[in-house]
Amino acid sequence: MNDLSTTLTPTRFTTERPICIAVMAMGGQGGGVLADWIVELAEQQGWHAQSTSVPGVAQRTGATIYYVEMLPPKAGRAPILSLMPAQGEVDVVLASELMEAGRSILRGLVTPDRTTLIASTHRLYSTAEKEKPGDATADPAVVVDAAGVAAKRTIAFDMEALANKNNSHISACLFGALAASATLPFARESFEAIIKAGGKGIEPSLKAFGAAYEQAVQPDAPRPALARPGKRFAPVPASAGRADLDTLLARMREFPSALHKILFAGVKHLTDFQDPVYAGEYLDRVTKIYQLDRAHGGAAKNYALTAAAAKYIAVAMTYDDVIRVADLKTRKSRFERVQRENSVGEGQIVYTTEYMHPRLEEVAGTMPAPLGRFLESNPALFGWMFRKGRRVRSGTIHWFLMLYLLAALKPIRRTTLRHKREMTHLDAWLALAAERVPENYDLAVEIINTRRLVKGYSDTHARGVSKFDRVIGAVPLLAPRADGAEWMRRLRDAALMDEKGIALDGALKTISTP
Amino acid sequence: MAERSFAREVQDLKLGDGEEFRGEGILAITKALLQSGVSYVGGYQGAPISHLMDVLADAKDVLDELGVHFENSASEAAAAATLAASVNYPIRGAVTFKSPVGINVASDAIANLASGGVTGGTLIIIGEDYGEGSSIMQERSHPFAMKSQVWLLDPRPNLPSIVKAVEDGFELSEVSHTPVMLEVRIRACHVHGRFIAKDNKRPDFTLRDALEHPRRDTERVVLPPASYLHEREKIEQRWPAAVKFIKERKLNEFFGPEKADVGIVVQGGFYNSVMRALQQLGLADVYGETSVPIYVLNVTYPLINDEVAAFAVNKKAILIVEEGQPEFIEQALNTILRRRDIQTRIAGKDVLPMAGEYTPAVVLKGVKAFLELHAKTLLGNAPPLPDASSVLGDPKIKALGKAVPPRPPTFCVGCPERPIFAAMKLVQQELGQHYVAGDIGCHLFASLPPFHIGDTTMGYGLGPASSSAFNVKAGKRPISILGDGGFWHNGLSSSVGNAVYNKQDGVIMVVDNFYSAATGGQDIMSSRALNLARSTNNTIVDAVKGIGVKWVRHIDRTYDVTRMRDTLREALTTKEGGPKVIVASSECMLNKQRREKPLFQKSVRDGQRKVRERFGVDEDVCTGDHACIRLSGCPSLSVKHTDDPLKDDPVAAIDNNCVGCGNCGEVSEAAVLCPSFYRADIIHNPTWFDRFLSGLRRSVIGFLQYRREARRIAFAD
Repeated sequence: MNDLSTTLTPTRFTTERPICIAVMAMGGQGGGVLADWIVELAEQQGWHAQSTSVPGVAQRTGATIYYVEMLPPKAGRAPILSLMPAQGEVDVVLASELMEAGRSILRGLVTPDRTTLIASTHRLYSTAEKEKPGDATADPAVVVDAAGVAAKRTIAFDMEALANKNNSHISACLFGALAASATLPFARESFEAIIKAGGKGIEPSLKAFGAAYEQAVQPDAPRPALARPGKRFAPVPASAGRADLDTLLARMREFPSALHKILFAGVKHLTDFQDPVYAGEYLDRVTKIYQLDRAHGGAAKNYALTAAAAKYIAVAMTYDDVIRVADLKTRKSRFERVQRENSVGEGQIVYTTEYMHPRLEEVAGTMPAPLGRFLESNPALFGWMFRKGRRVRSGTIHWFLMLYLLAALKPIRRTTLRHKREMTHLDAWLALAAERVPENYDLAVEIINTRRLVKGYSDTHARGVSKFDRVIGAVPLLAPRADGAEWMRRLRDAALMDEKGIALDGALKTISTP
Repeated sequence: MAERSFAREVQDLKLGDGEEFRGEGILAITKALLQSGVSYVGGYQGAPISHLMDVLADAKDVLDELGVHFENSASEAAAAATLAASVNYPIRGAVTFKSPVGINVASDAIANLASGGVTGGTLIIIGEDYGEGSSIMQERSHPFAMKSQVWLLDPRPNLPSIVKAVEDGFELSEVSHTPVMLEVRIRACHVHGRFIAKDNKRPDFTLRDALEHPRRDTERVVLPPASYLHEREKIEQRWPAAVKFIKERKLNEFFGPEKADVGIVVQGGFYNSVMRALQQLGLADVYGETSVPIYVLNVTYPLINDEVAAFAVNKKAILIVEEGQPEFIEQALNTILRRRDIQTRIAGKDVLPMAGEYTPAVVLKGVKAFLELHAKTLLGNAPPLPDASSVLGDPKIKALGKAVPPRPPTFCVGCPERPIFAAMKLVQQELGQHYVAGDIGCHLFASLPPFHIGDTTMGYGLGPASSSAFNVKAGKRPISILGDGGFWHNGLSSSVGNAVYNKQDGVIMVVDNFYSAATGGQDIMSSRALNLARSTNNTIVDAVKGIGVKWVRHIDRTYDVTRMRDTLREALTTKEGGPKVIVASSECMLNKQRREKPLFQKSVRDGQRKVRERFGVDEDVCTGDHACIRLSGCPSLSVKHTDDPLKDDPVAAIDNNCVGCGNCGEVSEAAVLCPSFYRADIIHNPTWFDRFLSGLRRSVIGFLQYRREARRIAFAD
């Protein structure tokens, strides 16, 4: 304390500056543990280290920052360290998730003259991304591009996968990558000594640390695959080994080859849903569209109409009914997937309980049409049976048998009330699209694509249909417009933005005002 | 029990003379209290001072040995009232809470205490919850010191300074017969640092001595005419005594050269930021050398007029770095200089912002602007400043602004409050949107996506009270939320009692998760845990009935969404008048998991039969509408992109963090969403009977599956 200092001449200043490290994490991800490790590491080396954080409620899964500064003491004097990161001053940013890396760049903590960005590339989606009815997940490529501009060096890979593989936490992987980055003048052994001095999970932490270290030092590690996963189209076989299936393959081949993969996806799905005859009906419908397509210059548009129809007719024809759900829930492949997804180990047993709530509508829909209609118009008769959800223990024999028998109703599916309704809706929709092809080809394609809005079960399905109807209802308004197709696409995107269709209402208002 | 154990930190409290303490700021304060011979400590938990309470709760043996009494006060008001023990006796006492909300609640007791004055040293440790990470309204605690004439310490944010402030604070309090507030900001509370410890001190005069030999002095009671006397005493005796002590003991600090054209006055808490700014401008170094004089106010109230004048005189200008508004210190500096006719210019809020946190970047900008105005020559050799603006201007970085999603805090995985709000959302879908008064606690997260429930917050335990005006005949009833923490803090009388007395025709939803969960899982009166040091298991249902509520429903498993929805619907539609109270109870999942997970793992290791539940989504059944997510928001219920060429949108998926709470399944059942959810019961260490039964089932099911697969006509995968 040099209070009332009498120094008159300007002091000669030292030029040291601390090493500044920011840890971007979400509450519960172990950011605090990582900051503690870094502090201990520096202190073990005789340095002064200071860490700060703002836990509070941000700890409850919100985004939060831990900040560390470190510097050796000089002539017995402790350095004065900052409690908050400042733009342009951070040497290392450790981000436990891809978008948190993005957030650190946005906050100006990553600068090209100084900052090594160490990040896990996996995604933890925010509520805002997840809650939309469509796909509102942020584009990971934006962060990769930004890191290229902002960071001096980037070390990024999927540390969550690595942590899971080693039964440990992301914090250990980040610590390993930090050691590998050589941004701190401490040897790998010093890092490991800190983990070893810790309380619990030492072995898994060391393994995760080591694995991350190795991956981070690889000079030409493969660039992380950050694009959203693509669609997997099964290769079209030369023969399926059965006459009826081969007939379907042969019919498919009459279409331009670019359409084969989507057509095969459809044929395969329909056969699985019902039978080869049903797949044949699918091809009949697509063929009609294809003829129309060819007649109206579709070749120049790569048969966009047929491609869209091949996809969405398949979707529409494989509506989700009770029979389908029962079939999917009782399959061997499904039982295997449950084992896999829940990492059921050797010597462990898993049972599943399905949460089902069939309403009278679903039950009536599975009846032959006249009986179904009767049930629906007399809800007082059986309605009381369907007010409660059912917990179906599908691993027990009697519950399995019940689902199994429901799935066995497949042969009568085409007589059910639900099937009749679905086909009426399907044919009306296709007719509407077909009608528009001559005057506005692109609009017809978008009418087909609008089918994307119909999904889900029960109320969700009803809401989807209502949005579909509202979008389709705009067709007369859009048909005369040159940008009609573009607007149709916008309406569809708007419908996917929120649950109630508020954005859709806004968009509809825009087009109806002259 | 708090959500984490402080067993290791308790060891730090035992450090003796000359040993080095390394740890968090708030724990250094705790150690400093014991070194200062404190007799009693009280407080109310809340960020950023929760750890002070938590470590003392775990430090029974240390406290017993020293004869220190520790209380988990029912509220900040109760905590401040505890300080009455120091009015007539030479007993040192301390209380702590977050601020300014804590002082708002405590201000009645603080004002009374400050009026009569104290004999023993009293310290009020306030965690100033301002700026990033704060969960409350952005205000200052400073005016509470001014209005009650309580002294306010704001030490430099390093452990030796903070510890010294505790020790000095007690002495200052005693010599001036005035309570002292010690203000520490969020980051200073959580800063990791070190200091050299001293031995803990047993109090010379004990609480027992006081109880057994009571003393009284009518002049200390706040009643006229004594109260008039108190006011004069504050000004004529206590204030001068404080000023003298602060000057003599040099509580405020001066750094840098004595002579200079300009100088900086700074609240102690911002010293590091000012030093960093000067360093960046080439006017200081990281070890504390500076060529610009700095006057550090480790005491921000009262100001020491002589020190201010001496620092300002012969300077062209001084800058006051004072966070928040209004700028009380800047105004006071102007008054001091004006009265002495010193013409030094005072800069402050003209170069620094009036509102918002003083981050290092803000301070740098302010200091630079000040020097440019008043001492431009000093900036002649300034090195290039750290700057991110060229990066931030790049279009590729700007694109991030749209991509990076906001990530506010939310309910944890498996939180028992989630199904309550899912049920409320479902009821509102049926009966229309209602007025919903929120309260303080984790349940306030319901006001964010995906629930969008909660219109106002008026203070801790005041949810139902804030529905009072809506006690009129209408087609809809108001719904008020009240957490168990808020219920015991203030809610029982101010909210529930108020509703009973005024016959409030509304619905009160008490969210009972067995802890003061948002502040770190401390026990409260209705906690279900056995706590030997406290009386727990006092039920909210009994309390509500005892205060006169007639319509009470208890739901002892919040995850039963159907029952929750039906009960809420009943409460909103019943003909019965007066408050309708629903007590929704399930244990905070964060605390439950911390307790049960290690036990579960140990049992499994020991070979016992255990069943782990978790949820899954059948991705081929899911259609990617995400209705389930809009009724949940659980961090472990997410989406994933599918490679199915016939599916456009990502499907729902549940990750490995799932704790099997059941909310997804219950919600999809109650809301009739879809049949994609399943619960997996994984049996660890199955018995021979489990294995036998499973074998039998698998052979029958396997046969049926084989039969169907063999008949299925399909293209090979």
